[in-house]
Amino acid sequence: MNRDDLDEQAHRYQSDHNAGINQEVRVCMAASCQSSGALPVFDALTHALTAAAAPTCRVKGVGCMGLCSAGPLVAVAAPDAALNTATLYRDVQPDDAPAVVAAALGSDNVTAAAAAELETRRIPADLPFFAYQQRLVLEHAGVIDPDSFSGYVAVGGYAALVQALTEMTPGQVIAAVTASGLRGRGGGGYPTGLKWSTVAKMPPGQKYVICNADEGDPGAFMDRAILESDPHRVLEGMAIAAYAIGANKGFIYVRAEYPLAVERLNTAIRKAKKAGFLGNHLFETQFNFDVELRLGAGAFVCGEETALMASIQGLRGQPRPRPPYPAEAGLWGRPTLINNVETFANIAPIIENGGEWFAAIGTERSKGTKVFALAGAITNTGLIEVPMGTSLRTIIETIGGGIPNGRAFKAVQTGGPSGGCIPADHLDVGVDYDSLKTLGTIMGSGGMIVMDDSASMVDVARYFMEFCMSESCGKCVPCRAGTQQMHGLLDKIARGQASHADLSLLEQLCEVVRATSLCGLGQTAPNPVLSTLRYFRHEYEQQLQLTGV
Amino acid sequence: MPVATSPAVRVVTLNIDGQDLSAREDETIIEVCREHRIPIPSLCHLDGLTLWGGCRLCLVEMAGQERLFAACSTRVAEGMHILTNTERLRRYRRTIVELLFAERNHVCAVCVSNGHCELQALAQTCGVTHVTVPYRHQRYDVDSSHEMFRVDHNRCILCTRCVRVCDQIEGAHTWDVKGRGSDCQVITDLAQPWGESSTCTSCGKCVQVCPTGALVEQGTSVGEMVKDRRFLPILARRRQPR
Repeated sequence: MNRDDLDEQAHRYQSDHNAGINQEVRVCMAASCQSSGALPVFDALTHALTAAAAPTCRVKGVGCMGLCSAGPLVAVAAPDAALNTATLYRDVQPDDAPAVVAAALGSDNVTAAAAAELETRRIPADLPFFAYQQRLVLEHAGVIDPDSFSGYVAVGGYAALVQALTEMTPGQVIAAVTASGLRGRGGGGYPTGLKWSTVAKMPPGQKYVICNADEGDPGAFMDRAILESDPHRVLEGMAIAAYAIGANKGFIYVRAEYPLAVERLNTAIRKAKKAGFLGNHLFETQFNFDVELRLGAGAFVCGEETALMASIQGLRGQPRPRPPYPAEAGLWGRPTLINNVETFANIAPIIENGGEWFAAIGTERSKGTKVFALAGAITNTGLIEVPMGTSLRTIIETIGGGIPNGRAFKAVQTGGPSGGCIPADHLDVGVDYDSLKTLGTIMGSGGMIVMDDSASMVDVARYFMEFCMSESCGKCVPCRAGTQQMHGLLDKIARGQASHADLSLLEQLCEVVRATSLCGLGQTAPNPVLSTLRYFRHEYEQQLQLTGV
Repeated sequence: MPVATSPAVRVVTLNIDGQDLSAREDETIIEVCREHRIPIPSLCHLDGLTLWGGCRLCLVEMAGQERLFAACSTRVAEGMHILTNTERLRRYRRTIVELLFAERNHVCAVCVSNGHCELQALAQTCGVTHVTVPYRHQRYDVDSSHEMFRVDHNRCILCTRCVRVCDQIEGAHTWDVKGRGSDCQVITDLAQPWGESSTCTSCGKCVQVCPTGALVEQGTSVGEMVKDRRFLPILARRRQPR
């Protein structure tokens, strides 16, 4: 199969799917909308459409549209049209189904009261939440049915894989990824092209590709949304990576707490295998690639690459010293490429449009877009995707809709328990890997927890330290015993029972744990403390004065 | 002129604490230091067992690098400049030893290993005169169900030497670790009493490699438990491929 054959197949799917259809009603079936009641809405809409007997319209379950706080979300659009052309309705209830169907069909077969009621819940087309986004990774999220293989192919899916396999050498694939300037989206920001070429340069033989989907930062759900909305996109990225580095086997390590993502991945893998898009001799080439799922049993540390590999091998999930890095000796001692979900989801458009196209988006040293999960004290909680370099103010005030309940912004935590907080003074900073590092925090995987002026920063630090303490694997002393001591001291400070000596001991421990821990979990565990001390030291000192010592 | 063929493993020169030394490039920093009697503290590393990298006491500084390197897991390289005993390292080591003392109940005065304990000796060489972090005073069990040996979890520092020697030298894999974080505990079989273990061969290697009084022989009193691990280098050498 070459690209023309795939195009033909895509056209065939399109005409099969969309024959006689000119409108579709999309219901978000991702985890957050399902939890706010999307399933009954989907059933009611199907029912209402059957009742309306309109063969030109259909109901489709889709992935995440982003505005999770307004769920269940329903969109009315032309078949497979982009999300920004759709009419969106928020907080849709099963009772609204006839009105939604009537709106989709342009009929007036509905009571005026119901139509007016629905109209109040129509999301304005120019809502800043959508207007300021650039959806690249999430291009198909909320557009296609994640369980449909043909739906993905119909919107141009797997074209990049066919292009890579039939028209490019592995070296050209790596060159395109290198030229794109893509950096790892899991948190470290390591250049993806460099990582790929390192594994590719290892002597030929058994190699592996791993997709790290063990997303564990509190308040982060980017990877979950990508897997639930567009699983084939991730498989395609992995297959391209495997071709580039010379691997024939891939693993997706996904946490068991994401049952819907697991289910959709399993469906996607099964269908891709059945269609011959995974397996042996793909598209009549010599390239073989097979993917297996591995479920994480709920340990945060298994997101660390060496712990993750140990876990895949069936060993206790704990890190080991590096070097050797996975690129040299990874899974079962073989060269292994590990990338995050979002990194793989960026690959297909890079191959199709070229590295230079991608490199034109974003900032000098951080290219492309980034998906962020907005959580905490913010009006529009949900998932957004913006170009690198977008200012925090735009993200929080414009896209996020600011702070609810008339309260004021205090700080935003990025990078989860490994990151730090950014106070109001720095809101105009454009978000990229380097600017956040300068501010004493990290990009991380993309979770943003917004705090209003009622938040105590000592409590925030204590919360994250408690998280690190309970997620420490226990292998190295500074992380195991140090996080526990730091948590004890933070607790003492928060309860107003600490002295200045306790605060200086806390700072000493931060330094030791950061410098001496074995893996990233321990090395970064002090960051929330150091960062809240940097910007909100007075809050710690106020707590100390409560004792009068 | 013919090009000289290089041997499979090259020899490099490096500088440790001002001394110029030579080493095979497949050696780690700690091996070179031990060979030249440069003291490097460590509680988990033991010659003959695989790398663990958990105690973090063997961290050293390297010229031109901000971060620290674990001597047990870092291979030597040509031209390395290593410092093993700077003020910063001494401070970190003291803190780590203090963290260990505060974590469980290491009461030397009533310990059978008093005077023959690696943790105690290390505390003395590191200058730990008192513990600045708060003691946790957590209660831990003592398992005396084995007829020859005893495990006292109050003294355990989770170095996993017992786990590794049992798996790699004796081949029984009776020991393992359960739990995570500070809840970690070494266990026999599936956390059964040691005396009921069906895999333990009662060889006692775990007891001999244990750096503290966590694994001891039954019938020993305060200060009487002297460990003998002369067997380890001999057995480890015999296991090396020839």
